[in-house]
This record gives sequence, C-alpha cells and structure tokens, in this order.
Amino acid sequence: METLEFSFPAKSKGRSNAHVGVVGSGDLEVLLQPQKEMQSKVKIRTSVAGFSEQWKAVLDRFFQTHDAAVSIEINDAGATPGLVALRLAQAAEASEK
Amino acid sequence: MTTMTETKSEAVEFSKRASFIELSGRERAIALLDQGSWRELLGPFDRMESPWLVMQNITPQSDDGCIILKGKVDGQPCVVISMEPAFQGGSLGEVSGAKITAALDLACRDSKNGKVTSAVVLLETGGVRLPEANLGLAAVAEICSSFISLRQYAPVVCLSAGTVGCFGGMSLLAGLASYVILTRESRLGLNGPEVIEQEHGIEEFDSSDRKLVWAIDGGEQRYMTGMADVLVKDKVEEIAAALRKVLKAGLPKIHRSTQIDLFRKRIAALNTDQQIDPNTLRQTWKRES
Repeated sequence: METLEFSFPAKSKGRSNAHVGVVGSGDLEVLLQPQKEMQSKVKIRTSVAGFSEQWKAVLDRFFQTHDAAVSIEINDAGATPGLVALRLAQAAEASEK
Repeated sequence: MTTMTETKSEAVEFSKRASFIELSGRERAIALLDQGSWRELLGPFDRMESPWLVMQNITPQSDDGCIILKGKVDGQPCVVISMEPAFQGGSLGEVSGAKITAALDLACRDSKNGKVTSAVVLLETGGVRLPEANLGLAAVAEICSSFISLRQYAPVVCLSAGTVGCFGGMSLLAGLASYVILTRESRLGLNGPEVIEQEHGIEEFDSSDRKLVWAIDGGEQRYMTGMADVLVKDKVEEIAAALRKVLKAGLPKIHRSTQIDLFRKRIAALNTDQQIDPNTLRQTWKRES
C-alpha cells in the first residue's frame, strides 16, 4: 500500500459530503467533503505502489473543471485511471445534489 | 424465428429485472427498507475503519465493509446490517464485528423496552477476515450471543443472495436466525469448497465443479433440505416482499438451532457407507412445508 497526498488551488465553496464506490478489486472508494480553506486536498491510499504521476495526471484533469474547495480521500484497490476519473466525477456530481 | 420486436421486448424485460445481486452492500440495505425511513449508523464519514489492515499494507474501507441502516420495514422498526461483498470478500474484522454486535444489542434494548425492532443481516461473506483472524473469531462469538438475545423478542433474519455466499464463522449466524432467505445463486456452508479442497485434496471435494458445489451448498439444495425458509429469485421486489412476509409472521414457533434432537437423529440415520447424492438427501431431509 502507498499513501499519496496532493493539494490544488480552489476558487469556490464546496457543497456537501459525498461517498461513492467500494474498495473492491479494480475499484475505489471516494470520500469528498467541503473544506473551509480555499484549497483542495487529496489523500490517496492505494494497493498499487509506484503510480504517483498517473494519480497526479488524473487529479490535474479533474481540478481543471472542478474549482470547489474540497477534501478528497481515496481508498483504492487497483482501479484504472479511467475508473478513477469516473468515480471522481460521480463524487462531484453527488456532492452538488 | 424471433422478430426484432420480440428481441427488443426481451431486452427491455431484462433491463427492468432489477437484480439484487448487482447492487452494492449499501444499495442492498436501502432497497429493503421503507423509502426515506432510514439513517445510517457509523457511516463512511465516521471513519470507523480497521486499524489492522493498514499495518499489514492492505487498503482499508471507511465503513470496514459493514453497512448499518436503522429504519422501517412495512412501518415497523428494523435494523439492516449488510456486508459489502466486494470489500475483502465480505469478511468480518474487529470493527465490522463490533458494529454488528452494537446494532443487534441496540435493537434488543429497544425491543425489551417495548419498541420491537427486528434485524436483517445480509450475509455476503467468506467468514472471518484472515488478517485480523483472532479478533474476527471473538466477534463471531459476540454476534452469536447478541443473535440469541435479540431473537427472544424480535425476528432476526439472515439473507444471502449471492454471489459471494455465506461461509465460515458467519454461516453460524444463518444457523441461529429466525428465518433464512436464499436465492438459487447463493451458497451456504461452514467450510467453503476451496477450503475443503485445500485441506483434504481434490478427491474429497473439487471446488471447480460448480454443479457439485451448488448441489451441496447451493441455495436451492439448502432450501429443499430445510436449512432455509424462503427461496427467492434474484429480484429486488421479490426479495423485499419475502422479507416483509417473514417479519409480518413474527417470531417462529421454534428456532431451527433449538431442534438439537431432530438434527442429531437426522445425522445418525444417514448411511455413510455409500456416497450420498444430493437428490437422495432432499428425500431423506425433506423440508416441512
């Protein structure tokens, strides 16, 4: 297991908590919560070590279109970058509902 | 020859089927409770995760793979405890075990005080989680004890829909339940097929022989031999209706696990000189309908 942490600038306020996904093989769990500070934080615990660059690339793309200040925790069981992007989008959508 | 319209209507029918098995642990629990009647106890944001998995380099889950929803079924208080099949094979750890025990004990306290609260346990589980084995085993003992306390006042229902099935220490819970609901896809047994093969060899049990596995552990066989009370199709509405029906019936006249003499006699009467085939067992251990 590897733990990774990232931070991203934010411009607007986060809405509400959202929880999506499950820590099952090839899947991941995302816990999204609004942050008070105008900055977003991401903490990842992944079963597959050595993919820090790929995680950063997926998160860079996500935060290009999402500027709300949120704290995101990810528990990952080997999801592909595509699935990670979908789960993040799902969490963002659930948070805005 | 099937026409285009027929094929299309079949596809529509299939898409409307609303499979229970395809739901996640949390979605399964929600599907069984009256709409809008529930709240989650110790949910993901309470972060009651396993401290032991991280120490062993295993990614934990925020709810430890155990979802507890307190709500109502047909307007009556009920707590639904659901094992998440996708996380660690639905296995039981220290935290998930403590969550289950606490939920059952709260239901028991409410029931004693006159607010009869039934419990439904969704058993999609390989049993105790090996990375926290001793704590998991202790948790099974605690849950068994809480089952027996609660079932004096309110029905405790075990439901296994599949496809993980219910094995190991957690299968004891099905034995103690007031009612057991299974599907054809589900399996129920103490030692799982792979464990038997690993311990006693492929001659004893071939775990890759699906026909053999389901002929012994399968939901239909368990139902036909009286080890389960209701056999349902993998449909959300059918499963929810079966649950409402058993809860409405209330406590059974006699709990399966108290019929010690009956089961001792059944086992003693078996002729083990020859291999017993599943169909013969259905005749010998006929369910009382």
